[in-house]
Amino acid sequence: MNSSQFFGITTLAYLLSSAFYIALFIFKNKKIGPIGTALCALGTLTLTVAMGLRWQESYQLGIGHAPLTNMYESLVFFAWCIGAFYLFMEFRFKNRVIGAFVVPFAFVAMAYASFSKTMNQEISPLIPALQSNWLIAHVLTCFIGYGAFAMAAGLGVMYLLKKSALAKKLPEDSLTGSLPELRFIDDMTYKTIVFGFLWLSAGIITGAIWANEAWGTYWSWDPKETWSIITWFLYATTLHARFTRGWSGTRIAWLAILGFISVFFTYFGVNYLLSGLHSYGSS
Amino acid sequence: MTVEKKNPFWALFASVKLALFLLLTLAATSIIGTIIPQNETAGFYVQQYGPNLARLMQTLNIPDMYNSWWFMILLGLFSLNLIVCSIERIPNAWRLVTMDNLKTGLDRLAKMKVGKTFAVEGSRDEVAERTAAFLSGKGWKTSRREKDGATLLFAQKGAWTRFGVYIVHTSILVILVGAIIGSPRIAKLIGNPNYAFKGSIMLPEGQQSDVIYSFADGKPVDLGFTIRCDFFDIHYYPNGMPKEYLSDLTVLENGKVVLQKRIEVNEPLIYRGITFYQSSYQPYNDFILTIRNNATGLSRTELTPAARQITWKEAGLRFGIINMETRGQAVQRFKIWFTDDQAEPAKFWLEPGREAIIKRPSGEYTLSAKQLYATGLQVAKDPGVWWVYIGCGLMLIGLYVAFFMSHRKLWAVIREEDGRTVVLFAGNANKNKLGFEKTFSDLVDDFKQADQGL
Ligand code: HEM
Repeated sequence: MNSSQFFGITTLAYLLSSAFYIALFIFKNKKIGPIGTALCALGTLTLTVAMGLRWQESYQLGIGHAPLTNMYESLVFFAWCIGAFYLFMEFRFKNRVIGAFVVPFAFVAMAYASFSKTMNQEISPLIPALQSNWLIAHVLTCFIGYGAFAMAAGLGVMYLLKKSALAKKLPEDSLTGSLPELRFIDDMTYKTIVFGFLWLSAGIITGAIWANEAWGTYWSWDPKETWSIITWFLYATTLHARFTRGWSGTRIAWLAILGFISVFFTYFGVNYLLSGLHSYGSS
Repeated sequence: MTVEKKNPFWALFASVKLALFLLLTLAATSIIGTIIPQNETAGFYVQQYGPNLARLMQTLNIPDMYNSWWFMILLGLFSLNLIVCSIERIPNAWRLVTMDNLKTGLDRLAKMKVGKTFAVEGSRDEVAERTAAFLSGKGWKTSRREKDGATLLFAQKGAWTRFGVYIVHTSILVILVGAIIGSPRIAKLIGNPNYAFKGSIMLPEGQQSDVIYSFADGKPVDLGFTIRCDFFDIHYYPNGMPKEYLSDLTVLENGKVVLQKRIEVNEPLIYRGITFYQSSYQPYNDFILTIRNNATGLSRTELTPAARQITWKEAGLRFGIINMETRGQAVQRFKIWFTDDQAEPAKFWLEPGREAIIKRPSGEYTLSAKQLYATGLQVAKDPGVWWVYIGCGLMLIGLYVAFFMSHRKLWAVIREEDGRTVVLFAGNANKNKLGFEKTFSDLVDDFKQADQGL
């Protein structure tokens, strides 16, 4: 079997996993929860295999490089980060409903990578500027951060849903009844953002070092760099608002969503709407 | 500490509200430069946005906004905020780290959220010894004090982690200091443009230079030594994509070779704090032909355009390039014409960098051909970059400490009550309280078990 078949299985597994998690959320049938988890784990596992195979295939083509070098590969790795990070959080906090708000992100990333017409899925050789270990470190760290921020945004949405249900005094057995307590969601959102912030910082730093090795400037305010620092400022604001001014709940939930919009723009918007050094990512 | 007594200027910069405002303002204004193209000619802005808007933009320095006065002021205010805010709070952190925790009142310890009381065998002093030994075995080195008829033991871990925040804040300042040190504008301001610069140079193969040209104003900047390009080449993937650009560079001081290195993209040459990056190239319509008589070992190198005949009189040879195939401006194959006038001229295709062996009545020759290139070098001297790197390292360490490490405290009070000896364990942590509660209850359980085993 080759990598593309495994990528296909992953996409399907994430789709089904999302469906089961959403079903768990809607029907509150606790028995189907483990199926969602199993599918998510299966998807993440096949994705790991797929990326490994793709790596190996690139060596067979004589252009060997880690599968982290263009839009397609980064999207796939993004999906992997979401899947892996979510599974870790589920294991740690023993709560499955969150999956309904997070695993769909992983599916969308895979589906977009697989089916978008503009996506070049070929394993292509690296242009000279991209032949650097710092590139690998850069993509790795950024996307671990992005995975966490996707999760935080999912938690933010969940918080707002639960909050509005409580405000409307919906009965306990209504749709949102199965969501965890507000305090718990709030705490998870914060922890997830903290984790993401550390990795985003590392991502920006490794990117700067790479730029300095390749071009002799660690910071040139190209649109992608600028948007990454905007995102960083936003999350720094969120964190300070929380631990020095006691913000929590609804405001943090909105900031988690806003932060992820900024991540999304850094990742996609810049490639498609603005121009700059990083535009290779759009191929 | 009352805020009213403080100087209002100090109070403003000590506030986190200002920090939130500045962070958001930096984020919002940074967007401008990602939408409006930066560093274009004045005409570009007039054409794109009309004369009035363009004039306003020029006044506000929008075409180079990240170097504009107002953006610098924002960054300056941000730094000041960071400094004042931290100075304001460090004494408190210092107090928390160095305070005498054996002074904590016993009644306060009894009321702590994380606590556990139980009776044990033995006299107060014995139990105190045992407890101290147990805790030190678990990595909690205790200090001891007798107080109000009880024995108080205290141990803590990670007190210094309270400084994690300040490591992060300092790291940001260190990075900014590095950016200032390495800024060509500052170098100019102090009247020493050699101190920090960014520029470039195009060096044809075989040529050398003592200067490079600054990006800021196009003026030459003295290197203080000589750089020479000996050779430039492009390697391709089988599909025709460029795989590597490389240049052989030589550094000369007073005419003597001091360093030679082959540079590639991502593998620059560094000499005396000046870094040479492979950044571009320029092919010429001139070619380097090298020919050697394999019997005598005599050889000759010629720089020539295409379609010109070269004569090597002593060897009785005439040769030249009569045709070529190109991809873009880069030659893929040469068609060589060669004769010793003793037989029909030889004509054959030759790839750049390859050698052709030519057998002629007059002997055997080796010929190679190559296009003449200039290598485009980006040249930078940035004495601030180590500050930036150190700042980045500090930031990651500081973030880890601030987010994932905590200051944990543990007390044990041993006293006699109604003829029994009673131990109270109490503790707290400034972060990850859940994790600490688990550590605490495990510790207490272990203690009880060990104690019963006696
Ligand atoms: C983008 C830049 C900044 C970053 C990355 C940053 C980072 C941090 C971090 C990691 C913490 C520790 C959080 C914790 O203990 O969990 C913190 C705390 C804090 N920061 Fe910042 N900070 C930044 C800018 C600022 C500025 C400009 C101020 C100025 C007022 C400020 C004021 C504070 C205060 C007051 C605290 C709480 C300290 C305490 O626990 O007593 N920060 N910051």
